[in-house]
Amino acid sequence: MNEFRLSAEPFSGETLRTLLADPACGGFVSFEGWVRDHNEGQRVSGLEYEAFAPLARREGERILIEARERFSVRHALCVHRVGALQLGDLAVYVAVSAPHRDEAFRACRYIIDEVKHRVPIWKKEHYVDGNSGWVNCERCAVSASSGLTASNSPHRHSHEH
Amino acid sequence: MSAALNGLVLTGGHSRRMARDKAALEYGGRSQLERAMSLLAPLVGKSFVSLRSDQLADPQRASYPCIIDLQPDLGPISGIHAALHAEPDCAWLVLACDLPFLDSATVQQLIAERAPEKVATAFLSDFDGKPEPVCAIYEPAARELVDAWIAAGQRCPRALLGQSDIKLLPARSGGALANINTSEEYLRARAQLAPARPAAGTRKVNVQYFAILREQAGRAREELETSAQTALELYEELRIRHGLKLAPEQLRVAINEEFADMSQPLSRGDTIVFLPPVAGG
Repeated sequence: MNEFRLSAEPFSGETLRTLLADPACGGFVSFEGWVRDHNEGQRVSGLEYEAFAPLARREGERILIEARERFSVRHALCVHRVGALQLGDLAVYVAVSAPHRDEAFRACRYIIDEVKHRVPIWKKEHYVDGNSGWVNCERCAVSASSGLTASNSPHRHSHEH
Repeated sequence: MSAALNGLVLTGGHSRRMARDKAALEYGGRSQLERAMSLLAPLVGKSFVSLRSDQLADPQRASYPCIIDLQPDLGPISGIHAALHAEPDCAWLVLACDLPFLDSATVQQLIAERAPEKVATAFLSDFDGKPEPVCAIYEPAARELVDAWIAAGQRCPRALLGQSDIKLLPARSGGALANINTSEEYLRARAQLAPARPAAGTRKVNVQYFAILREQAGRAREELETSAQTALELYEELRIRHGLKLAPEQLRVAINEEFADMSQPLSRGDTIVFLPPVAGG
C-alpha cells in the first residue's frame, strides 16, 4: 500500500497498522505526532490544521513513493488530521513496513520530515493566554513587512511616528 | 550663465496612505523609481535619489547615487533641502516618486522654460491652482529660502513657492502631474500604463485562500478579472487589494492543484492558490 490520507475525524494507529501487514516484511515502524501543551515558550491549549486537500494528497503520496524507492520499503502510510484538535490528540501517523528494520526506521523518519516541510498543511496554535497564531507565518509576516508597513506590526519602526 | 542642472527623485517619504513603498510600485514591469530616474537621465547632468538614512539598505535606491536627508521627516522639503546643500552651485530638477503619468515632454518643457534668474520654475497645479513643487526646478538661490523656511518651522514647499519669486508655467494638461496616494489609485494607474502586449488583456481566474491568507483576505475563494500576466503579478495585485501581509518570497504557488513557478503565465480559468509557509506534523 502507498497512501496519504487526510482525516477530519480522530483516528488511532492501532486500527491502521494491520494495513501494512505483509509476510515479506520483518520490520514495521510507526510514528505518531501528538498535540503538545507548549511550543516555543508558549502554553498551547489546542490547535487547528487546515489543508489544501488535493495538493496535500498528491504531494503526500509523492513523498511516500520517494521513501519506498529510496529505502526499499514495501508499504507506506501517512494519515494527517485536519480540523480542531485538543491536547494529546493524534495529529499525524506514519507507518512503514519493510523486509528489514533499518530501512523501515529510515523511511519513517524521511516521511515525517518531508511531510512537515512540503505538504500544504497549516497549523494554527491557540494559546492559554487567549492569543493564537499560524505557525511559521506570523513572525515572518512581521519581519517581512516591518520595513514598509510597520503600522500593523507589534514592534513599530522608529520612523513611524 | 545658468547653473548646471541636476536631477533629484524624492523617495524619502513614508508612503503612509499607500502603506507600501511608492518608489517600488511597478508599472509595466518597471518600478516608479526606475521610471523617474531613466526619464531624468538624458535631460539633466547628474541624477540622484533623495532618501532617508534608514533607506540606504534598500538595494533599489542604493543602485543610484544618493543624497541623504539632513533634516529628515519634513516631507518633500527634506530632500530639496539636502540636494541644495549637497551641490550648492547647481540647480535641481526635483521630481516626486508618485507621478506615474509624468512624461518626458512635460519635463522637457519645464527645462526649456526654465528661468535661471528666478528662484524656481514650476507648473501651476491644475489640482489646487498653486505652484507644483515636486516637478519643478530649484535654482541655487532657493537654498537660503529653504533654510529660512525650515528654520521658521514651515514645511510646505508649495506654500514656499507660492510666496517666492518664481517663474510659473501654465498648468500642464493631460494629467501628467497626477499623483497617486492610495492602493486604488495605484491599481487604476497601473492598468492605464500596462504595456500593450500581444497576450495582454484581462482574464478571469479563480483564487483560493488558505490559513493565514484566508484570514487576511477575509474569504476562502473568489473569482476575479485580472490583468496580471503571472502568478507573481496576481499576488501583488491581491496583496494591495486585501492587505495581505506575507511577502511573495515567503510563498509558493499552486496552479490548478499543482505546484508552479511564481513567474508562470496565467491562463483563463486557472485556479490559483498561494501557499503560506507550511506547518504539518
